[in-house]
Amino acid sequence: MAAFAGAEHINVPWLEIHSENFLCDGGPRLAMLDVIAARTPISCHGVGLSLGSATGIDEDHLARLKRLFARVKPARVSEHLAWSVFEGAYLNDLLPLPYTEESLRIVADNVARAQDAFGRQILIENPSAYMTFPETTMDEPAFLARLVEKTGCGLLLDINNVYVSASNSGFNAGAYLRALPAQAIGEIHLAGHVAEDGLLIDTHSAPVKQQVWDLFASTVGRIGPKPTLIEWDLDVPALPVLLGEAAAAQTILTKAARSAA
Amino acid sequence: MNALHDVQRHLREAVLGTGALGEDPGLSVYRRTVQGSLVNALAATFPVTRRILGGRAFAEITRAFVLDHPPQRPQLSAYGEGFAVSLTGHALPYLAYVARLEWARTESYFAVDAPALDFTALARLSAEEMADVRLMLHPATRVIESRYPIQRIWDVNQQENVPAVDMGVGECVLVRRKGHHVTSGVIAPEDAAFLHRIAEGQTLGNAAEGVSDLQGALAAHFSGGTFRG
Repeated sequence: MAAFAGAEHINVPWLEIHSENFLCDGGPRLAMLDVIAARTPISCHGVGLSLGSATGIDEDHLARLKRLFARVKPARVSEHLAWSVFEGAYLNDLLPLPYTEESLRIVADNVARAQDAFGRQILIENPSAYMTFPETTMDEPAFLARLVEKTGCGLLLDINNVYVSASNSGFNAGAYLRALPAQAIGEIHLAGHVAEDGLLIDTHSAPVKQQVWDLFASTVGRIGPKPTLIEWDLDVPALPVLLGEAAAAQTILTKAARSAA
Repeated sequence: MNALHDVQRHLREAVLGTGALGEDPGLSVYRRTVQGSLVNALAATFPVTRRILGGRAFAEITRAFVLDHPPQRPQLSAYGEGFAVSLTGHALPYLAYVARLEWARTESYFAVDAPALDFTALARLSAEEMADVRLMLHPATRVIESRYPIQRIWDVNQQENVPAVDMGVGECVLVRRKGHHVTSGVIAPEDAAFLHRIAEGQTLGNAAEGVSDLQGALAAHFSGGTFRG
């Protein structure tokens, strides 16, 4: 946190937390969150609900998240199209799913259960993919569109993940973005990635790449401005660098708002 | 079970395994992220243990722990219980105790908020009433009895240059949280025994047996927030 000394005077419209980082019982971390949440809207972004788990989602985890949301009163709640829990072991990563009718039924059941428990809509984020499955019978935009239709969930569109997955799996990022149900998109993520062993890896450790900025500009030009977050949580730079990325995103959003008006 | 369950069982074995992964480079990305991020989580919780072992040995030991004991729930602040016990029998016999201290400090940091007991609560009681009172340790309080000087080892490892430490002395350590800060410090063995009896639910009179200066001990515990209010 030392990098952010003096940051209390900086005016950002909202902030996002990883919900699971704040599931502790008490102590300074929650106290700090209370202070921040009292003056800045918070988006609670989950990484551990494991909505893709074949065996369903964990009731205890739902209850812990519900307690956190009661405390923070988040502006938005989001999770991933992924799984991370298998038979009681938490694997601390967003693992991929084959996109089949069976997976769709399982994820839709889990999303519906979470939305019922929270009493609100959640946004589902497209993951970054490093492998594909021979079992897959539909592409990701089709899977997400049907999930929206079945559950009434919204989408959190991570444009860096689209770019990374398109490069790794060999599909067209622009066509992917145009195929998503635009009216369901409630938030956008941008981040940096690195190339490693012939794959692009979504590391959140670098500036947003120009190709991702371009996809962002064309997307919000088409669907209108959406709340947008810069994800940078590894090798975090000095605060002015982060604010510079946020300002660059804001410029594009403002332009999109003007042309929509 | 369904086909997705089989896919997930297979992937879990791959990412928590050590064997060859075949042609798909993506599988090794997931394996690296899963194992690496959990090793990093333990490194953040056990920095002194890591410093004593060195980064490479720590990564080897924690990787083995991660494979045998992956987190039970999606909450990394709760991950690491059992790591100290897994170090029992290590060539450095004090290492497990140092890890216990680091875990106690972590538990203290994340423990539920509660008021601390101060003198005013007991001031109105007569001596007999005092003896019958049962106190409770604050949720953020931990007591560790160690055969090695773990607090001294922890202290010197906060410095850049680590001086030699006499390993021949045991220490009892009291971990507490006051305000936003976790502190740990050495206490006398009789004080540790006193706190253990309090934690067992014994009356203040019984717990205080063998304590030479009860007033002094209580004053120190009240000002440090040892007990729950």
